[in-house]
Amino acid sequence: MLSYHKRYSPDVFSVHRIFRLQRLEISMAGMTLYDKLWQSHLVLQRDDGSALIYIDRHIVHEVTSPQAFEGLRLAGRKPWRVNSIVATPDHNVPTTPQERSSGVDGIADPISKIQVKTLDENCDELGILEFKINDHRQGIVHVVGPETGACLPGMTIVCGDSHTSTNGALGALAFGIGTSEVEHVMATQCLVAKKMKSMLVQVDGQLGPGVTPKDVVLAIIGEIGTAGGTGYAIEFGGEVFRSMSMEGRLTVCNMAIEAGARAGMVAVDDITLEYVKNKPFAPKGALWDKAVAEWSQLHSDPDAKFDRVVRLNGSDIKPQVTWGTSPEMVLPVSERVPDPAVESDAVKKASIERALQYMGLNAGQPISEIAIDKVFIGSCTNSRIEDIRSAALVVKGRKKAPSVKLAMVVPGSGQVKAQAEAEGLDKIFRDAGFEWREPGCSMCLAMNADRLEPGERCASTSNRNFEGRQGYGGRTHLVSPAMAAAAGIAGHFVDVRQLLESGQ
Amino acid sequence: MKSFTRLVGLVAPMDRANVDTDLIIPKQFLKSIARTGFGPNAFDELRYLDKGEPGKDNSTRPLNPDFPLNFPRYQGASILLTRENFGCGSSREHAPWALDEYGFRCIIAPSFADIFFNNCFKNGLLPVVLPADVVSELFEELYANEGYQLTVDLEQQTVTRPDGKSHSFEVDAFRKHCLLNGLDDIGLTLQDADHIRAYEAKRRESAPWLFGITE
Repeated sequence: MLSYHKRYSPDVFSVHRIFRLQRLEISMAGMTLYDKLWQSHLVLQRDDGSALIYIDRHIVHEVTSPQAFEGLRLAGRKPWRVNSIVATPDHNVPTTPQERSSGVDGIADPISKIQVKTLDENCDELGILEFKINDHRQGIVHVVGPETGACLPGMTIVCGDSHTSTNGALGALAFGIGTSEVEHVMATQCLVAKKMKSMLVQVDGQLGPGVTPKDVVLAIIGEIGTAGGTGYAIEFGGEVFRSMSMEGRLTVCNMAIEAGARAGMVAVDDITLEYVKNKPFAPKGALWDKAVAEWSQLHSDPDAKFDRVVRLNGSDIKPQVTWGTSPEMVLPVSERVPDPAVESDAVKKASIERALQYMGLNAGQPISEIAIDKVFIGSCTNSRIEDIRSAALVVKGRKKAPSVKLAMVVPGSGQVKAQAEAEGLDKIFRDAGFEWREPGCSMCLAMNADRLEPGERCASTSNRNFEGRQGYGGRTHLVSPAMAAAAGIAGHFVDVRQLLESGQ
Repeated sequence: MKSFTRLVGLVAPMDRANVDTDLIIPKQFLKSIARTGFGPNAFDELRYLDKGEPGKDNSTRPLNPDFPLNFPRYQGASILLTRENFGCGSSREHAPWALDEYGFRCIIAPSFADIFFNNCFKNGLLPVVLPADVVSELFEELYANEGYQLTVDLEQQTVTRPDGKSHSFEVDAFRKHCLLNGLDDIGLTLQDADHIRAYEAKRRESAPWLFGITE
């Protein structure tokens, strides 16, 4: 394994940071994108090294918010700025059209129903903008934020959800927080934070056909390890990201947290501006021009210094498949399952052995011979229109393998669903024997009824292959939408590039 | 919040790297809208032989006899000893809530995931980072000695072994202050409300698009 573990050292840089910050206030030269975002949101630098950071946008879902709302209520506090908050239920919502048809009352699981209703009640009481379960804008928080323009370049964005890093693709500082901090942001519009270290992940060259942003980020995690980014904010730079669509950048930043980094980000360029322009909540007219002038500064200066730089060559990256129970346990589809016997580090060796046992795999087994039971195309990582198109391209004119029990496509939002249906993509999936569902988090974390049964194996476009993540005893292999679709057709993992070639 | 000053506690092992928050508290328990009730389901998938569900009577469920936290010698443990990158994955604060309710007050590891690390401090739980080789030594001593205890002193920033050998650890000054005194940091931040308002007024002027979101 190539994993690289960096020891967490929370305080070593604090003094250095304070001095550096003072210097930066004098001169704007040599700043990273992260420096700029931090600096523009700094309310107060305290003597003890901590800082008060202003939060522009607070995204809320039903799972990590009820205790925060209750805390506010118990303390007699009100939200500091109600119009900074946007909410939508996503984790618990059912995805079958039947269960969705009667809204929140139709949720079969009584505990899930209470949680979604609690979000509705809290938002109604406080006047918080919420896209309720059957609002056409409802969806996974990290899909909804960017596509509505609720999340914009230059913002600080938080949510009680680790995948908030997704929004950094807009050129924003976005990161996940716990429920106590959800309450803190609601009450104060700020977070007490300490500046992270900065890492540049530079991927130059060109991606080959069939190689997607998901493969890029999995390859990065394979390189630096699941804790490689701990303590850092990662900026993704280089030719590969410059030519990548916003959807692709959102996928990459989404998984920064799987490399241990709370925040991932990409500099603002024409692709960002083109994406943001005319989004419902984006500034318009003269305000747009003013915003663009500010956003055009949102890139690292040429002489900016990073605490760590990692370089990969895009043309070396192949379609990836995870084989274990951590996202760093990943290899190109052409490889074989690793052998713990050749690992010298005792802790890593034990991890590989435990992973192979849990996953029901043998050392040396070719990844392309691993047969799957289910396919899940969705999640905040890969449920945007481009992901759906990419899977549909593979599926078109083909049929799901009979051995695959279920292949489901769960669009990330009502808007993605409508767009895909307008393009006829739902029909392509249905014709191939794939199910087309209503938007939500679904089988990424299996809080609703969409889940794996014990021992079932899934080709999944989600972000975590942890034990039990997609269902008790379930086995997850993380792949791109194209690779998941290809596995659904073949019944086992296959290099999607071969399938695309043979089909044309 | 509970304060944390000095703890002399029984140590229990979680001898694996990358323990994620899904493993600490599985997703089905996150449907609760309460802040309590997670302790009996901490490490649910490792701890019991059957699948846990909300509302199930945990006292009648079959325990996994091979899971160390079920061993008689580790009952009553308040310090969890573990490996690299503990608490990775989801931001769910239900993870520290579950560990706290189980009875842990301190977790010792070579490294922690950032969000989990942060969440611990909000709940009176102290995450201690010690070098990997020291953690390995502690594991050896723990396995060799039944009733193995450590002393964790936040004021001094030390972990002391039964033989008196002491290891110092780093802790952020602000977090230390809050934890030693059991302070609610919302109250502390609101003491700076004037600074927040001043920042906001300035920003509203220069970047008004950040302040309007209405249907």
